[in-house]
Amino acid sequence: MRPRRLKAIAVKEMLQIWRDPRSLLIALLMPFMQMILLGYGVSLDVKHLPICVFDREGSQTSLALVKRFQASQYFSIVDSFDNYRDVTRALDRGNCRMAIVIPPDMSERLSDSGSSTVQALVDATDDNTANIAIGYAQAVVAAFSSDLQIQSLGMAGNPPQTAQPVTVESRVWFNEDLESRNFIIPGVVALVMALVGAQLTSLTIAREWERGTMELLVSTPVTPMELMLGKLAPYFAIGLLDAVFCLGFAVFWFQVPFRGTLLTLFFGTSLFLVVVLGIGYLISTMIRSQVGAAQIGLLVTLLPTTLLSGYAFPIDQMPLAVQAVTYLVFARYYVTILKAVFLKGSGILDLWAPSLAMVAYAAIVAFLAARAFRKRLD
Amino acid sequence: MFERILRIVVKEFLQLKRDKWARFRLIVPPIVQMLVFGYAATFEVYHVPTVVLDRDHSQESRDLVSRFSFTDRFHIVGIAGSEAEVKHAIDRSDAALAIVIHPGFAALLRSGQSAPLQVILDGTNSNTALISLGYLNVIVARYSKDYAAELVRPGAQNESWQAVQVNLEPRPWYNADLKGRWFFVPGVIGTLTMVVVVSLTASAIVREREAGTLEQIMVTPIRPSEFILGKTLPFFVIGLAEVILVAAFGTLWFQIPFVGNPLVLLLGTSLFLLSTLGLGLLISTLCKTQQQAFASNFFVLNPMFTLSGFSFPIASMPQPLQWLTYLDPLRYYLVVIRATFLKGVGLDALWPQMLGMALLGVGLLSISIARFKKSLD
Repeated sequence: MRPRRLKAIAVKEMLQIWRDPRSLLIALLMPFMQMILLGYGVSLDVKHLPICVFDREGSQTSLALVKRFQASQYFSIVDSFDNYRDVTRALDRGNCRMAIVIPPDMSERLSDSGSSTVQALVDATDDNTANIAIGYAQAVVAAFSSDLQIQSLGMAGNPPQTAQPVTVESRVWFNEDLESRNFIIPGVVALVMALVGAQLTSLTIAREWERGTMELLVSTPVTPMELMLGKLAPYFAIGLLDAVFCLGFAVFWFQVPFRGTLLTLFFGTSLFLVVVLGIGYLISTMIRSQVGAAQIGLLVTLLPTTLLSGYAFPIDQMPLAVQAVTYLVFARYYVTILKAVFLKGSGILDLWAPSLAMVAYAAIVAFLAARAFRKRLD
Repeated sequence: MFERILRIVVKEFLQLKRDKWARFRLIVPPIVQMLVFGYAATFEVYHVPTVVLDRDHSQESRDLVSRFSFTDRFHIVGIAGSEAEVKHAIDRSDAALAIVIHPGFAALLRSGQSAPLQVILDGTNSNTALISLGYLNVIVARYSKDYAAELVRPGAQNESWQAVQVNLEPRPWYNADLKGRWFFVPGVIGTLTMVVVVSLTASAIVREREAGTLEQIMVTPIRPSEFILGKTLPFFVIGLAEVILVAAFGTLWFQIPFVGNPLVLLLGTSLFLLSTLGLGLLISTLCKTQQQAFASNFFVLNPMFTLSGFSFPIASMPQPLQWLTYLDPLRYYLVVIRATFLKGVGLDALWPQMLGMALLGVGLLSISIARFKKSLD
């Protein structure tokens, strides 16, 4: 490998990028657009869930309970009905996701036996939202219940007795407000970088063939390895620029807490870029040689990156066989690194495992790409 | 006119028939993906790695801890000896949850006072944290209730007094056990169909252009709209076959109930295919090379998938983004496929979604035809 030839290819590629401002603009604008769309779109927080109320009693107590739901930021009451048929229809159509049904004898039962039960009919099609909403509804009712209790105790003149012997005091570490955005946005950066990075280089070989300059390159003494490294170097710079952009967006725009060091971030990002640019290059050499490689490429990158990288769906909850598959998804390692650096402030030493995996990945991809290209030269 | 469309259709099918590799990639990857994603996509929480620090060592504290080992939601991975060990376990991600029982826990309980149970959660994944906290609360509440019941009986001095209590009884409809798979498998069916159909059609015209066969077709008397229709029909048939294959496989393998009307789903699927075909063809008319089509697919499909409501509820998105999702055919289809699978509702509830997909489909196809005419000049 000769540094001179490497440099010549890199300079040529850089000039080519520079003189094609449209492509350059796309390379820089794409991550921006994707960050905005995905950054705002990804949230698992349940807020203002549309609910409806079927108050069969209409007493002061039942109205007080309805008011509690109204006051909660997690729910917004969109309708109130006076029969089950309308409630069913609203749930069927998805107009409301939960219906609170207050029994006709709530106050009566409360004064007789001391306890009464309110029903929550939940649209559980989306199990996660349903689960979270039930938790919030339970908290609303529990708060209402304990206030009622204090009231009745005060009236009876009894000494306050705890009805709840054990109370849970929870403390959350690393993401104190339990904002889903804080853990998903670093993942979104990894996702955007994975998709943009692969695209950056995947066009480079194809362009040479399209413009007929490949024959020229083949006739020069440049080796496949030199060609690959020389071509990737300028894209590495663009990739870093994109990464700075996306990461800055996450920190300054979406206000995700950043607790790690810039050095760790730079280290992880560089490793990831090498892998992702290499994969783009590999796809690029293959698409030309095989019909349908583009389709396969799309199928094996787009969905696995989003579903198997752990950016939203926790990997440790998947069956072992599927967990094994996730090791093949290169975005997985970057997601791990970004989340740890952002939320936990981990250093390079803590992250040796995903870093090592990416080094191995990069080596394999480089080997395959250089080999795939050698064939083309023949 | 029909004659000419038919010719194109026959040509497309012949092309497919002679391409073994194409048949392979239409069948094998979608099935494999259905399997993997069906297992991967779930927000259900089981076996949360838990570490326990019991500094009270009482009957009560052991009782409470044992309740955590009897549920499959939590998995006790270690007993810590000090606060530092707890911190270490959570820092290293060996545990996602720590239960800390301070000395004097039992003494407080026996005296009828309320005893705090300290819980430390790794909030890195806020969703998992929130859900495991919910399960933990249920376990602790049940323990509390049992303990209070035992405490009241022997003493009997509290018999006249009754706690006033309002309980909430959750009744999950359509998915009584809150199974994540019931929600996600229909979603995976829709998403896979979109990716396969769009990527197939996106290269449809580009390929002819690259191979130079587009000129040959253009010198025939065929009209642009006929050509587009002829191209679309085979992909429509392929897409429908693909949906049936993936859906049958996914439902049987993961045992997803289907309570709705298959005809409603068929109508929804046809309209969905129409709009995804329109999108693919539009990309195809906009791109000059397969390479560009490939890149565009990425940039279009990724937001469409993320903003479809597949995993992130649309209701939680900011309003402008919610408006934008109306341009996403997958958004409508996911509602239709989930509602027909799980809710069993009919056209009276789903007509807005059907209308949305029909409008998108017709709009996208007409734009592609117009673009295609232009690109010929």
